[in-house]
Amino acid sequence: MQFKKSLMLGAAVAGLAVTGYAAAAEQYIGLPTYRVGAYAAGGTGLFGGWIDYMTMVNERDGGVNGLKLVWEECETEYNNARGVECYERMKKGGTTGNTVFQPLSTGITYSVLDRVANDKIPLVTMGYGRTDAADGRVFPWVFPLITTYWSQSTAKIKFIGMKEGGMDKLKGKKIVNIYHDSAYGKETIPVLDAQAKQYGFEVIHIAVAHPGNEQQSQWLRVRQEKPDWVILRGWGVMNPTAIRTAARTGFPRDKIVGVWWSGSEEDVIPAGDGAKGYIAAGFNVAGTDFPVIKEIQKYVYAKNMGNMEDKSRVGSVLYNRGVVHGIVTLEAIRTAQTKFGTGKALTGEQVRWGFENLNITDERLKELGASGFLPPLATSCMNHEGSGKVKFQQWDGAKWKVITDWIDSDQALVRPMIEESAAKYAAEKGITPRDCSKEM
Amino acid sequence: MTFFFEVLIGGLLSGVLYALVALGFVLIFKASGVFNFAQGAMVFFAALTFVGFTEVLPGWTGLEEGGSAVFWLAFVLALGAMIVLGIATEKVVLRPLVNQPPITLFMATIGLTFLVEGIAQGLWGAAVRGLSLGIEDEPVMWILDRFEMIISKFDVIAAAVALVLFVLLAALFQYTKVGRALRAVADDHQAALSVGIPLKHIWAIVWGVAGFVALVAGLIWGARNGVQFALTFTALKALPVLILGGFTSVPGAILGGLIIGASEKLGEVYIGPYMGGGIDSWFPYMLALLFLLVRPEGLFGEKHIDRV
Repeated sequence: MQFKKSLMLGAAVAGLAVTGYAAAAEQYIGLPTYRVGAYAAGGTGLFGGWIDYMTMVNERDGGVNGLKLVWEECETEYNNARGVECYERMKKGGTTGNTVFQPLSTGITYSVLDRVANDKIPLVTMGYGRTDAADGRVFPWVFPLITTYWSQSTAKIKFIGMKEGGMDKLKGKKIVNIYHDSAYGKETIPVLDAQAKQYGFEVIHIAVAHPGNEQQSQWLRVRQEKPDWVILRGWGVMNPTAIRTAARTGFPRDKIVGVWWSGSEEDVIPAGDGAKGYIAAGFNVAGTDFPVIKEIQKYVYAKNMGNMEDKSRVGSVLYNRGVVHGIVTLEAIRTAQTKFGTGKALTGEQVRWGFENLNITDERLKELGASGFLPPLATSCMNHEGSGKVKFQQWDGAKWKVITDWIDSDQALVRPMIEESAAKYAAEKGITPRDCSKEM
Repeated sequence: MTFFFEVLIGGLLSGVLYALVALGFVLIFKASGVFNFAQGAMVFFAALTFVGFTEVLPGWTGLEEGGSAVFWLAFVLALGAMIVLGIATEKVVLRPLVNQPPITLFMATIGLTFLVEGIAQGLWGAAVRGLSLGIEDEPVMWILDRFEMIISKFDVIAAAVALVLFVLLAALFQYTKVGRALRAVADDHQAALSVGIPLKHIWAIVWGVAGFVALVAGLIWGARNGVQFALTFTALKALPVLILGGFTSVPGAILGGLIIGASEKLGEVYIGPYMGGGIDSWFPYMLALLFLLVRPEGLFGEKHIDRV
């Protein structure tokens, strides 16, 4: 239904361009969505928000500086093979080919990593994918924007330190890291181990096998260990199951801090009252009380052009994350226009430049109606992450409540690890890192 | 020692819930000799249909949202939907394949899985829903006070419901005319037809009963983990139970469930830390495979004898 609506909308926009504005340029964006299958709940929310934002910009502003946005969805079902198929199918879309690929899947990211450089299409992985791709010298075409898992992990420890009354108070504390037993879940183990050494706390890693719909043994172990805090690095059904089992074993939920993939409404609602007090990190916040969301309601939903079948999900964590994807992507196009000019469709190579020279300041966020919605962001040839900041939200039983301002990550720890890992990758692949002093 | 028993009892209770999912497989295998790959999808379909009806019924009927009238009406409607699904499966999928090799029927159920999953999400949407059955998931205080063990009240009640269901179904198979007909059909389709057993009715009945079991399993697992696509994964928990207990035995499903549930939890707690943890995904399968080396037909499965 939503897919059909999206196609119709895309076609209507394209049709309008052909009939009414025959000469108007269009910026084509290929969207590898997942609206059916195991991860549809997340996909419908996130892609819905993203598409709604683009529709709003088309309706309100006539596109980005007059450049109309058109998009095409391709269903991946979160499957790597289908993701590659979608990538190949869409890469020649529009007049300039696909100008950005954002698969919302670490698996698909890895599958197309080598292809994007050949095809000159920027690969944007906001909040997932390869952490070391933040080193733009080695990964010129990949942008793990806003924050990576490693950055976020250090911000979590900072948050726990704040709660304990200072980082020095972490000495002697015990933290259990409950993680999804996959490459995604294991990714933060080295960072946590390094921080445990740095601050003198003990960290115990407990794996939960996929899908994680039964975790009694893990939480009985938690009960035995008596930790001060639990970090939840879950995915899908593992999240509500963890929260519910924690409640059952009496572990206080306000001592559990989740990653952003454990911090949506979909993760807490199934856990019922047991989720009250649970905390999660996020590089965007929930809620409809932002001018950008109100603009979407005014220009999109009031005209019955919204992508969400269930309108009550507008303002949810994943929906708003989709809006963040829209904001950042369109800001990259806008940035690229400052160098390559307006009034024509940009190529992937030009949009890549836009992503690499983003400077979304507090002032710009205010203009966009998104102050506090996402952190300020500034990228460069060296730094494809651009921020590293997260906020923490707490579930009050009905909605997420923001409980901190943006918390910085510990780049002194993370950046050398990123560079070391990226250098290893470059050596393996025979890549000569770019000299950023020559990139302007 | 208290901790050991806490893990063991929790494992046994989880095992009963695994057995409940396994029961759906057993029912269909007993009656038609088909390993129903779509059982997990049926659990998802049933739970999502139930929750979907609880959402729309207050608007349709004016009944109080969250009230018991809505609950029971939704239960009846979801059960009706499962029976319709069962009958439709018999008519559209199985009947044209009578007397085909079991692998053909198995492949048909793989196709059915995608269809059922798609219909469920197409009808009710992909959003994750919470489900409350009005049973608190909190420790049984009596046990906590006396033995300092946390045993979930929800799991105890869910296991009791599942056990009642097992007893009723075992009685159906053993002591009723329909039960005998079911077993005859399972033995040989053609022979059963030749003595006047109405194959299509029997299959419709058994798919309907399997739908009822899927609904109960879906409600219990949905209340535990939320009503979402991941309910289809509960089938993964049932497979080692079936290998261990045999594909044709209701008591086998129960005993298999208890063994798998307990060993999975004890294995994770006592062996897991030495192996990097997260072993409960493969440990039950390894146990079941080891068991097969000794007893290939499972605990209570029928011994397969070929005359040459």
